Amino acid sequence: MAEGLDTEVKTNPQGDVITATEAPKAKEKENKAAKQRVVTPEYLFFEAPRTKTFITGSEAAKEAIRRANVDIAISYPITPQSETMQQVGYLYAEGYLKDYYRGEEEYGVMSAIAGASRAGVRALTATAGPGLMRGMEVITSWPGGRMPLLLLVMCRVINAPLAIQPDNVELSYLLNSGVIVFHAENQQDFFDFPLKAYMISEKCEVTLPVAVAVDGFFVTHARGWVELPPEDIKLPPRECYHEAVPMMDNENPPARLSRDAPIQKSNFISYQMHASWQQEIWAAQDRARPWIKKYMGGLVEVVNPGAETMIVASGSAVSQSREAVRQAGEKGDTIGLVKIRSLRPFPTQELIEACRHAKRIIVPEFNCIGWMAKEVRSALYGQTKAEIVPGPRVFGGMSMPTELILEYLYKTPNEGRMTTKPLTV
Amino acid sequence: MATATGTPRYQVLPGPEGLLPPSACAMGVVLPQDGEGLVEGVLVSEDKAFKAAARAMLTRRNPTLFPGPLVVWAWNKHTQEKASVVLEIAAEIPGVKIIPMPDYRPIYPKIDPEAVINPCHPNLTIWHNKIEACIFVGVHCHFANVTLKMVRAGTNCYTIALCAEAGHEDAMASVPRCGTEKLHKMVEALRQVKKEGLTPWALTPDGKRELAAERAQKKKQREAIAAAAPQFAHELVAGLDENEE
Repeated sequence: MAEGLDTEVKTNPQGDVITATEAPKAKEKENKAAKQRVVTPEYLFFEAPRTKTFITGSEAAKEAIRRANVDIAISYPITPQSETMQQVGYLYAEGYLKDYYRGEEEYGVMSAIAGASRAGVRALTATAGPGLMRGMEVITSWPGGRMPLLLLVMCRVINAPLAIQPDNVELSYLLNSGVIVFHAENQQDFFDFPLKAYMISEKCEVTLPVAVAVDGFFVTHARGWVELPPEDIKLPPRECYHEAVPMMDNENPPARLSRDAPIQKSNFISYQMHASWQQEIWAAQDRARPWIKKYMGGLVEVVNPGAETMIVASGSAVSQSREAVRQAGEKGDTIGLVKIRSLRPFPTQELIEACRHAKRIIVPEFNCIGWMAKEVRSALYGQTKAEIVPGPRVFGGMSMPTELILEYLYKTPNEGRMTTKPLTV
Repeated sequence: MATATGTPRYQVLPGPEGLLPPSACAMGVVLPQDGEGLVEGVLVSEDKAFKAAARAMLTRRNPTLFPGPLVVWAWNKHTQEKASVVLEIAAEIPGVKIIPMPDYRPIYPKIDPEAVINPCHPNLTIWHNKIEACIFVGVHCHFANVTLKMVRAGTNCYTIALCAEAGHEDAMASVPRCGTEKLHKMVEALRQVKKEGLTPWALTPDGKRELAAERAQKKKQREAIAAAAPQFAHELVAGLDENEE
């Protein structure tokens, strides 16, 4: 037994093996974090050598935050987000972040992170499903406050019935909040998008919060290949004195520049100012477009442009669609695919261009209501004669077999079951 | 540079444009890059933008500078240097007014439109002073954009934004990344336009008449206020002597 002590396997109350590594000792960590050097975003994104690693989405996000020069992270645990923020906790222990704590719950978290952003530091939070719903009131105040920050959204079912499984209906609530929203397809995106989101979020003409969403479990808890730049480099710090609004600086004059009064008390500002303010939020979204093109390679990625049948999707639905496109290709059919990276701002012009030759467009989604199909129909209204098929859709934790996508590609939904004949029993 | 012919283009022109005009950005106007400026929604060279701004400030009625917090408050050396150049700009515009936007908090119950401009209701200042050309400088971009749209909605003022950052689609003329060096180009543009023979509005018969009438009216107002002031006003102006026994 004595020999076994050295290799004791720790388990959680359910008996699962605990594989998480211990946080490294203080001296070692501080050194690594302190030795990071600031590089240009262009170098980090496009020029730095990359090493291929096989990691989970949560670990990919952790590696992004390690290189993002983040000052503070605040969150409240909720599945499937908890693991990512636990990983970020290790970064704090290693000295990569200046502050890190658990808020009371999501309303408090979203308020606290707003305070951090207003104070001029680079801020991170994350949530999922019901947590996003709980924090939504505060989240919708971020764009009006012109607060650059990063919100990671690990999508899951919104209760009830209670479930923690993959489903991205929550994103439909985020789309009209004024927050910029990117939807990551895989682990690589979940590494790249957060880093790029910070740079876009903090551009003066943008100065808006960015949400990077990912489909929970499919990406957060599954491993995939991720190409990582070296960990001894990081993004430049936030330049809070070069943003669209004054940050709250209580130590330097003019302290009277606090922006609380106008935005916290609507009855103190004119209706016209409020209207102009709202227009400005959406104008700022539009101003993010050139930066999304520069850093992310565009609001969309198009596979097989010019195809007569196109799939339009975002998030994990893209991965499944890629496989469906490959399988259709084996049969000799060319199917196009539009991956929508940016849900807000929405790539209306890009979509019109990509679907110019389409006769049939299908929109696979991981939610019941089909928010993406509505977005696509709205964007293409009057711009295409193609049939837009809203589906296939799965939800409540279901996965999407590629066969289902192929079925939609080749058949009319519910074929053989629709009739105009009177019902006879 | 010009936009493609045949494609309808939104023009950013002096208003009044209506109750709630769209943001110019939403109508497809894009921000200028280095070396460029915007005039009425069209990308032009920086020099052309400065010249258009200079012409507007020298030919339109009651030209006014609206300096924002980033030049009004001397909180660092750069701010002070920039403020000096803004004063040089003012010195080149005969009859110019300087009305600051010192901060962005609402001023209630009522602003003094001769003393300040406030982003909650900038049009009060513009209407009261009959301003038909103005320069916003040192105003944080968000508040400048909010203000510029409201001004375009309700007034006939030609708005110019000399911006330290990316520029402003909602202004009729705008130049981005205006540090002290670029602000000097505005001074030069004003001098150049005058050299070309343009008579500034303030020196035209109409301008002279209007400014003289305004001076006379203000004098009258001051006298009326002094006459109506209560006896203890002196203490309010001079301050109470706290050490008085």
